[in-house]
Amino acid sequence: MNPVKKDQAAGNRRLRFPKHIREEWYGRVYAYFCVTLLIVTIVSIVWFIASKGLNPFLSGAVSVPELLFGRTWSPESEPPLFGALPFLAGSISVSLLAAVLAAPFGFCAAVFMTQIAPKVGRRFLQPAIELLAGIPSVVYGFVGLSVIVPFLRNNFTGQGFGILAGTLVLSVMILPTITSIATDALSNLQAGLKEGSFALGATRWQTIYRLILPTTFPSLLTGVVLGISRAFGEALAVQMVIGNAPHVPRSLLESAATLTSIITLEMGNTVGGSLHNNVLWSLALILLIMTFLFVFTVRMLERRAGR
Amino acid sequence: MSAKTADRIALSVIIAVAGIIMLVLAALLGYLLYRGLSHVSWHFLTSVPQPFRKGGGIGPQLFNSLFLLVLTMIITIPLGIGAGIYMSEYAKPNRLTNFIRLVVEVLSSFPSIVVGLFGLLVFVNLFHLKYSLAAGALALTVFNLPLMVRVTEQALRSVPQSQKEAGLALGLSRWKTIRSIMLPMAFPAIMTGTILAAGRVFGEAAALLFTAGMTTPRLDFTDWNPFHSTSPLNPFRPAETLAVHIWKINAEGRAPDAPEIAAGASAVLIIIVLLFNFGARALGRAIYRKFTATK
Repeated sequence: MNPVKKDQAAGNRRLRFPKHIREEWYGRVYAYFCVTLLIVTIVSIVWFIASKGLNPFLSGAVSVPELLFGRTWSPESEPPLFGALPFLAGSISVSLLAAVLAAPFGFCAAVFMTQIAPKVGRRFLQPAIELLAGIPSVVYGFVGLSVIVPFLRNNFTGQGFGILAGTLVLSVMILPTITSIATDALSNLQAGLKEGSFALGATRWQTIYRLILPTTFPSLLTGVVLGISRAFGEALAVQMVIGNAPHVPRSLLESAATLTSIITLEMGNTVGGSLHNNVLWSLALILLIMTFLFVFTVRMLERRAGR
Repeated sequence: MSAKTADRIALSVIIAVAGIIMLVLAALLGYLLYRGLSHVSWHFLTSVPQPFRKGGGIGPQLFNSLFLLVLTMIITIPLGIGAGIYMSEYAKPNRLTNFIRLVVEVLSSFPSIVVGLFGLLVFVNLFHLKYSLAAGALALTVFNLPLMVRVTEQALRSVPQSQKEAGLALGLSRWKTIRSIMLPMAFPAIMTGTILAAGRVFGEAAALLFTAGMTTPRLDFTDWNPFHSTSPLNPFRPAETLAVHIWKINAEGRAPDAPEIAAGASAVLIIIVLLFNFGARALGRAIYRKFTATK
């Protein structure tokens, strides 16, 4: 090939794939690769946990109602009993109670930061809430174990471990979630609404109670559901203070257990592939399904809030 | 009751609640620092834990936590930024994008214990990584990735549209515009978000119980070859982090001074997390000031 033609061919190639087009392709491939990885991750999480968790049902060892409504958890007995009702009851009651406790606090904090004293709120309360969100869950568990549990033991009946201790710890943990979403909702309030209410002679409390609360209610609820979802999935802090007794609790001060606490405790001590181990994966599958339910509830509420 | 009295009562209740929250935080931090710091010393920070005797430290755990954080960030940052770029620049407003948004949302709301269990199944068993730093870092990546994606996406979206258009109008490719114009402008926000995410990773324990493990082999801190089995830098050794250590000594600690160790370790953990928090904000402000030349 003569050198002129060779040069031309190279030039053509360069024209067809100039630098900026090649570089665009590299970038695009990279970004697409990262996103594909996200999708692969979630699909494999669902796939692996579901395939493990469905195992006890598919092999016929445990039936779904047996697991969901069985009141006895004794994997060592003959025949072994795998009733997860105690854990379901524990998980649901701690997370609901924590939300019931944290929601008014979160709402009041949000009102304080947006309506009453925005300057003080931004200077002090906002950083405080962010710090609460930053504290690791084991530290909450440790404080619960060394402050709340002894306090409950000395002032009430029982050992101090139980639903109440779990609720108190969790409510502080989910307070930041509820507060930050409530604050966002309150500061995005339609302009003029509040002023209109004041102009009609309403007091601040009347405005908050009759106007702000109903208008922002769906958003507030979103925050509460997110809080419940976080409390439901929280493992170590709860495990440290709840006492870990696998029976349906009859009082708030009685030792109980949650889905996450039983998984934390028993996953390491069981042999992989045994029925006991597989049932623990079924409990993890329940956690997974609950996560999906929470996400869809939040989406529904957000759509309603957006309207 | 007149409206004015009701107003006054309600407002005082709200102010009281705000005060209570501040008090709870102050009491929490005060308690941790007061109880913990009296036990913290150079010896405590550098010596190995003693399972049955007094005087154990948290040296290896502290190192493991920091090293695991570095490993996690090395994996997470490029992936998170890449996916964030996709979400803000390449994603078209269609079904697929909505689906990816849902994926990010679900991924970020998975309980960390579920992420840990997934890590146990896939990284520890399927990839044969055993209980190791590598498995822990991968699990933490799953846990951290959605946050990084969101941080990057928001940072890129807050870059003024005109900057991007100017780049494109000058004939730069889209990728070149993103890389040399938008990413530098978004850098302060991405950095702040990353450091905040790092704080979260540093305190995480539930995802690590069954991935990085609950034990640390004897480490030789003079051997820095990552391929030696006793080297602290070996990514394929089990590693108990500080947060996991706190949990473990509370759950099954047999040392006579277990409560003091837990308190000391909690204080150290919380101080580091606070440093991350304040550092992120201060750095973000400083870089912003430098980049925008405002005072």
